[in-house]
Amino acid sequence: MSEHILLRHLQIPNLDNLEVYRQNGGFDAYRKVVTSMQPEQVIDVVKASGLRGRGGAGFPTGMKWAFIDKKNFPHYVVANADESEPGTFKDREIMESNPFQFLEGVAICAYAVQAQAAYIYLRGEFWPVAHTLDQHIAEMEDAGLLGEHLFGTDTSLRIYTHLGAGAYICGEETALLESMEGKLGQPRLRPPFPPAYGLFGKPTIVNNVETLTNVPLILANGAEWYRSFGTEKSPGMKVFSLSGNVNRPGNYELPLGTTFRELIYAHGGGIPEGRKIKAIMPAGASSSLIVATEEALDTAMDYESVPKVGAQLGSASVIVIDESVNIAWLLNKTIHFFKHESCGKCTPCREGNYWMVHLTERIAKGHATQADVDLLYSVAGQIKGKCFCALGEFAIEAVLSGIERFPQDFSLKVSAAK
Amino acid sequence: MLREKFTDEIQKILAKYPVDQKRSAVMPLLYLAQREGGFVTKGALQEIADICEITPTEVASIVGFYSLYHDEKAGTYRIQVCTDLPCALRGADEFLQKLCDNLGIKVGETTPDGKITVEAVMCLAGCHRAPMFQVQSGDELEYHENQTVESALAVIENLKAKEA
Repeated sequence: MSEHILLRHLQIPNLDNLEVYRQNGGFDAYRKVVTSMQPEQVIDVVKASGLRGRGGAGFPTGMKWAFIDKKNFPHYVVANADESEPGTFKDREIMESNPFQFLEGVAICAYAVQAQAAYIYLRGEFWPVAHTLDQHIAEMEDAGLLGEHLFGTDTSLRIYTHLGAGAYICGEETALLESMEGKLGQPRLRPPFPPAYGLFGKPTIVNNVETLTNVPLILANGAEWYRSFGTEKSPGMKVFSLSGNVNRPGNYELPLGTTFRELIYAHGGGIPEGRKIKAIMPAGASSSLIVATEEALDTAMDYESVPKVGAQLGSASVIVIDESVNIAWLLNKTIHFFKHESCGKCTPCREGNYWMVHLTERIAKGHATQADVDLLYSVAGQIKGKCFCALGEFAIEAVLSGIERFPQDFSLKVSAAK
Repeated sequence: MLREKFTDEIQKILAKYPVDQKRSAVMPLLYLAQREGGFVTKGALQEIADICEITPTEVASIVGFYSLYHDEKAGTYRIQVCTDLPCALRGADEFLQKLCDNLGIKVGETTPDGKITVEAVMCLAGCHRAPMFQVQSGDELEYHENQTVESALAVIENLKAKEA
């Protein structure tokens, strides 16, 4: 059994109980940083650990924290718990089963960037999770872990939950901030980035749930300890959400650099009914399609290696596709999602996804000609590099790679067309 | 109406945000407005606008933008089945179709007794336990995972019994 630093509830029963969490070292790191470290020292440890953002972008966390504008106050911390990428379900498990480690991470981040208020933005569907987190926050207040004069110092902190209401785009950090301000969830022009101009126009650090959940153990055990997991450039553990055509889908916490083969076969139990694996989407619906060759299966899942087989690690939501699936059908599924979730702000994404959903539907149903496939490829190419935010750019990843790498699936649909 | 009925809760919601940022309360207030009828009435729209110090049009735009807000009455319980890629790879499309056939309605329709509406929705972060759906009623949501048509029909029977 592999070691857990994020899904620790798999090793420690009832870790969602505050007393149990504290008996296992919980909030010792928070007490340590508040009573004996300067904010800059905390940021230095996180920098040295090499922790990178787990929401998908992989940006160095310590560096982001250091960007906070120290001339403009108040500061805010916002935990991005909008988890909406098809194929991603890791943050939900963390918040449900190891909630205090996540909340301790939020608290340490707030101390490091000198924020006295933190918000957790959860997707609306996580209503029960938010309800439980509210109770946990109240327990922390009662235990003197949140509020004023924490541990007898001048440090104070309040944490609040805020529910979204069903909009994938709100996972984009500036759209999330707009949403929190009571506006449509549409992205802002960047720069300025949130550490300079964030929530309510104030300096804000937005971090993913999993990213923040790493922080308490990094502060407790040190940067060097953290670097003993994973690879040199992608240190640490990662929760891989495994879904699709596998026998045992689920969340698996493994060191960065683990191969696709180990995840899919050793942990996921391989492909159902002895079918052959065909493709892998390592970053959910936003991913390019990797052809599942032997070489691809032996590729390490880290931020540097996955691009070598033509995709990104992203949030590590690994969707497995077997030989029974036609890629033209798959594209219709992913584009249907992106068309629904496009916020409508910029034309390439709004109009492009609208037309791509029509084209992919026609192709998937076998009503199209090769000219439609060519047109789909051309439309996707025209969207590329022209969108206001990453949503539109992500939508076309599967389209372009699917047509390039699985042309036979389209020929099959086209030749069947009448 | 909202202000009279939910005085304390509205104060609690407003207390989460800086005093000059009342607009941030619009989303939690919309959930509050949906608690009883399952949708936002014109009156509630106006009241939320007043509380948040914005226009009713701005509040209506929020209702239109986000999937979990509704401006029309539907069944007491909205059965929302995820049919996105990971769920579809585990049979979500067939599940949805058979569920609807059993209820004698099409996707998006409501049963004649007005209790159950079945909808296809976007990813709900339950990909590893597909087929799955959530039940939205009032301002509450509940997940049901690793479902079969039979287990889903049992869930629906329980909901109908609860209502009666």
